[in-house]
Amino acid sequence: MTYRKADVSSLRMLRRARDRIDRDYCEEIAIAALASDAGYSREHFIRAFRAAYGDTPGRYRTRRRVERARELLRSANLTVTEICHLVGFTSVGTFSSRFSELTGMSPTRYRAEAAARGGPAPIPGCFALMWETGLPDVPAAAPATRQDRTSGEAAGRAGGVPSGA
Amino acid sequence: MINGIDIVSVWVLDQDSAKEFYTEKLGFELTTDIKLDNGMRWLTVQPPGNTGQHFLLMDPSHSMLDEQTAAEVRGLVAKGALSPGVMATSDCRGDYEVLVKRGVEFTSPPAERPYGIEAILRDDSGNWFSFTERKQQW
Repeated sequence: MTYRKADVSSLRMLRRARDRIDRDYCEEIAIAALASDAGYSREHFIRAFRAAYGDTPGRYRTRRRVERARELLRSANLTVTEICHLVGFTSVGTFSSRFSELTGMSPTRYRAEAAARGGPAPIPGCFALMWETGLPDVPAAAPATRQDRTSGEAAGRAGGVPSGA
Repeated sequence: MINGIDIVSVWVLDQDSAKEFYTEKLGFELTTDIKLDNGMRWLTVQPPGNTGQHFLLMDPSHSMLDEQTAAEVRGLVAKGALSPGVMATSDCRGDYEVLVKRGVEFTSPPAERPYGIEAILRDDSGNWFSFTERKQQW
């Protein structure tokens, strides 16, 4: 992949959009709003985001939520349902299936295995997040419009828990 | 034997802007800003009170890289793919408040981690750094 000079400013805008997803992962920010803030039409934004980061913005947000859920499952004394809502899903069914798709096991089993393994790994969580590889089995030709909708996930930043937790 | 790390290279998109960001927003000290014969601008900064531990703020377009590679590196920096490392602080939460007021962009606010309190910041080019107050045992 090569970048021309003009691409740098587009990539900066895409990065800002992605940072916003990372920061406000539990909010249901419309993809169209992220797109217009970055100076793109919705469809063009989804394509450009995917070209830069290998994933559509909607899928990226799902991945971010699941990653946050994994950390909470490892470290917080909360129920699976509580964690589901904390990271921005409204339906436990959707949470469970997205989680299993990305992690290869259910949230409950993930927590049991993490507990059996013992204490946390001595690497910063941010690095663990940044090193995450892309989603397995993303169908290359899947329509972006459908992936973009995060049905079953909605707003609901819960109070009382550090947002970076 | 090797006894420390003296200079870490950080790719930046604009050296004037980076100089301002690192010195005025992050509070680093400017240690060198000279133009070399080959056209490269040697721009280094370091955290206040340290000796050594410099960041060399390098512009890929005026470095040892060929034009094509420089453009690729610029793209990687702009999209936020690169992370030069971890900045150490003795007061993550307090410094976070100060830096946010100065306009520094954070992608994660301070949070408790097994190894300490950590926030994630971006420089003006798009590089991300962990910003960590470590616990003693880590």
